[in-house]
Amino acid sequence: MIDVLPWLVLFLPLYAVFTIIFVTKSSRRLSSWISVATVWISFLGSVILFFSAKTNPPSFHWIDLRPILDIPFGFVLDRLCKTMLVLVTGVGALIHVYSLGYMRDDKGVSRYFAALSFFMFAMLGIVLANNFVMMFIFWELVGVASYLLIGHWFERDAAADAAKKAFITNRIGDFGFMLGILMVWTATGSIVFAEIASNISKITSHPEYLTITALLIFCGAVGKSAQFPLHVWLPDAMEGPTPISALIHAATMVAAGVYMLVRVGFLLQPSPIALLVIAWIGTISSVIAALTATQQDDIKKILAYSTISQLGYMITAVGLASGEAAMFHLFTHAFFKALLFLGAGAVIVMLHHEQNIWKMGALARRMQTTFLTFGVGTLALVGFPPFSGFFSKDAILVLAYQRNPAIFALELFTAFLTAFYMVRLVLVVFFGKSRSDSALEVEEAPPVMTVPLIVLAVLSFIAGFGFVAQRFLPFAEKEATVFLVPLLAFAALILGGGLAFSLYRNRESDPIDAAILRRRFYFDELYAWLIDSTQELLSRIAAFFDRWIVDAGVVRGASGATWGTGALLRLIQVGNLQAYSFLFGLGIVWLIYFTVFR
Amino acid sequence: MLLLILFAPLIAAALILSGASARRTAIVACAIELIATLFLFLKFDRNASGFQFVSSWTISQTWGWRFALGADGLSLLMLLLTAIVSFCAIWFTAEVSKNENAFYSCLLLISAGAIGAFASIDLFFFYAFHELALIPTFLLIGIWGSGNRQTAAWKITIYLALGSFIMLLGLILLYRSLPEASRSFDFGVLQTAAAAGQISVEAQRHIYLLLLIGFGILISLFPFHTWAPEAYASAPAPVAMLHAGVLKKFGLYGLLRLAIPLLPAGAEYWNKLLIVLLLGNIIYIGLVTIAQKRLDWMLGYSSVMHMGYIFLGIASANILGVNGAAILMLAHGLSIALLFGITGELRRRTGTLLLEDLGGLARIMPFAGFAFGLAAFAAIGLPGFANFAGEILIFFGAFRRGASMAQFQIFQVATTLALWGVVISAVYMLRAYRAVFMGTMNPKWKGLTDLRPTLRLPISLLVAGLLWVGFFPQTFIRVITPPFRTYFAAK
Repeated sequence: MIDVLPWLVLFLPLYAVFTIIFVTKSSRRLSSWISVATVWISFLGSVILFFSAKTNPPSFHWIDLRPILDIPFGFVLDRLCKTMLVLVTGVGALIHVYSLGYMRDDKGVSRYFAALSFFMFAMLGIVLANNFVMMFIFWELVGVASYLLIGHWFERDAAADAAKKAFITNRIGDFGFMLGILMVWTATGSIVFAEIASNISKITSHPEYLTITALLIFCGAVGKSAQFPLHVWLPDAMEGPTPISALIHAATMVAAGVYMLVRVGFLLQPSPIALLVIAWIGTISSVIAALTATQQDDIKKILAYSTISQLGYMITAVGLASGEAAMFHLFTHAFFKALLFLGAGAVIVMLHHEQNIWKMGALARRMQTTFLTFGVGTLALVGFPPFSGFFSKDAILVLAYQRNPAIFALELFTAFLTAFYMVRLVLVVFFGKSRSDSALEVEEAPPVMTVPLIVLAVLSFIAGFGFVAQRFLPFAEKEATVFLVPLLAFAALILGGGLAFSLYRNRESDPIDAAILRRRFYFDELYAWLIDSTQELLSRIAAFFDRWIVDAGVVRGASGATWGTGALLRLIQVGNLQAYSFLFGLGIVWLIYFTVFR
Repeated sequence: MLLLILFAPLIAAALILSGASARRTAIVACAIELIATLFLFLKFDRNASGFQFVSSWTISQTWGWRFALGADGLSLLMLLLTAIVSFCAIWFTAEVSKNENAFYSCLLLISAGAIGAFASIDLFFFYAFHELALIPTFLLIGIWGSGNRQTAAWKITIYLALGSFIMLLGLILLYRSLPEASRSFDFGVLQTAAAAGQISVEAQRHIYLLLLIGFGILISLFPFHTWAPEAYASAPAPVAMLHAGVLKKFGLYGLLRLAIPLLPAGAEYWNKLLIVLLLGNIIYIGLVTIAQKRLDWMLGYSSVMHMGYIFLGIASANILGVNGAAILMLAHGLSIALLFGITGELRRRTGTLLLEDLGGLARIMPFAGFAFGLAAFAAIGLPGFANFAGEILIFFGAFRRGASMAQFQIFQVATTLALWGVVISAVYMLRAYRAVFMGTMNPKWKGLTDLRPTLRLPISLLVAGLLWVGFFPQTFIRVITPPFRTYFAAK
């Protein structure tokens, strides 16, 4: 029984996809319930797996060309994997339920749930994969799931563009990822994580090769986890339905990059240069994203930039050679960020799809459950003790403090900014005066949406405590606590929150107007210009060249010669195509006869 | 059995020409072809080496000239592709504007020609059957084509005739390069002779170049590719499906069947040239594809681009690369057939394939949008589809060749650029999908109807093939590896 359990957990969502597409598509109710039921069973299976000692499940060979190449389809099932399984299916299950409420009136519910189940399948595949190729396979599949769900409202141009942008940006990261996989395989002769780890000396003996390989693999995480400079797709991805933003673009898929880096930590650790680059990319991402978040007006965009920023923390932790700290923050972040997005979703849907925070206001009284749970999420995100974010962020800050003072200073600054933009958000949305008609008449969301909020709020509160976290995460020995770090972090939090409070209390509009932050540091404009002046220009030149030089020159030259023949043929009155073809065939036969059989 | 597969479409073509009901006869013939091929696939003995199901008739004792059919794993793969795509192309054929019977029999002749070429184990018929398939292709484009069909037909005729001619020259020289006593048309005999080193290195170089260019023109190797997009844009949908899906693979099959195993030294000698040309296919054509403004031209160019990956597998000349090339040949055939099939349906409805005129069609044509999306993602190498299994084997095979940990060599550079091509293909394919099926819809398309329900059958067949190979590539690798192992054992 326990042998088939991982297969069941993985393939049940795929079964739901096929059932919805082929059988229940026309029934929106049935489709959604099948999807919800399978994810709950997967969750149950994951919990059983978590408590079982099973580590070595059976596998089969996807491609078997031994002794040169062997690509198995197998699972890892270590502590890291089991924790992620429970996390992904657990948060996934809650968000499936929430979606029942959120998507109730949507025409494409069946399509939505089919794609959501497909996402669960792909994400669980990443978590379970025991080798690089299998991970890459599911890595690409979550990309498609994300494409489908961002583009769920495909008739909207913005959604269609955002879906395309997300997929292509991820493919750029995957280019590096695949190249890195090829380099690892060439050096060690294997793609299975465990085998690479035991042959690691074959690659560590060439430090430069190792550094390049590690950085190429990191490229995959830069794309998937939306880190600088490939972060531009995530804010646009908010065009998708809000439960999708919560599940895929906050709690799970974007964290896959971090999970992958932790999984292949043995490749990164021996290269100090690669680690340094990773740490700095993470830090830069977290600072610029947090800065951008302070000036956004769209509630989902603020949370999206916050996600990039928090992922930056995790990547920094990876770069500081602590997979444990990265996973700890991934674990707590999954709960509180999913909570924040779902809370935002409740606000958005009850305001008839209004996302501008300046058209909200004074929602605290009318949407009490949403407000309270959102408040818990906010406290966890800004790292207010003893909410979960406090512990996990503290773990990363302590690391930075001990290993890299510059990074520590910047991450502390990010903590300050985090408090600033979250307090701004809460003040503008939930307090002050109602600034639109719909904000005046708003009601609390239905229970199918608020119950997941409450569950996530409880989790966001307790996930950081040692007795919870230690069950799920393999902690190394607790390092000597540095008291200075939480003190500084708390000061940054109070400072940032206080500043935002004094600036945004009872405001009708934003008192600050920093164009560079509003326009997101002009990344989109820069990239548009870059694409236009390289790819587009080159492709136009190539197309021109192909049409007027290659085609016209070579072909017309050749056809000029044959036109002579054509004219000759016309002389004998058979200048049409059929006759030409026939004569041609005849000529060939004649040619063969005389050259071979003579 | 092979005879049945070959003669089913031939007899049907004759029957149709003599007045039998065109569509029904053609579908029955292709169904027989498909079922018989599947049956062969099941009966195929994976452990035996060499050709199976051989049947031969001597035509001339003195010249050692026989009509001989047989199949090994590679030819079986191509037969399967031919049978599936033929069936789907015939099924996709909508109403024919004029002379329906001639149209269907031409399609069947293409199918029969392809079957014959892939099942022949004899140089002469290998060549002759391919010619048999080309001539109806020219006619179909010239007579039933759309747009600038006369120019397109002329261009493809001249080009492919030239390619065939160069290839023929190469084949003749190949035949004559052997000492008088061991000359034969038989693939097996040729292989033995080549393995015994009876073809001099000097001769191998000349002949390989001729074969590379000759086959290359047929496969649309850069810079001999310009016939392809124009011909596919003008051709009726079933013809584009058959040619891009099946017939174009003849050249690749020829390289894998003859040029690489018989002329390894020649292949080695010209490998650098081939790498440059195939990168032209991947990068340069990839860029050209991005700039296309019409869906059919975009697909035509994308098909040219993907040939570059198959060439990369062939150039790597190791067991991974050639396996990948074979899988990708099948995969590309299935996916491009589906893309051209649906594109043809779009053209029938809208009369235009200009990307800027279309948009938002998934709302009124959800089934077409779904099927096209599957094929588009398959074509850009999404895991789960056959194309990915082929591409990843090619990447592993090419990257491995001559790898050193100190520096990237030519094959590593080529693989890196080819990987970038995967990004390029995502750009053009998703752009086109976005432009055609997503976004706001032009109100003039309001009255369009979705694909007719009967098309579910061929579409499901093609998608099922793509998914099966994508999920379980080992079922095919097991079959095609044994013949390759004999040539590439050492690598």
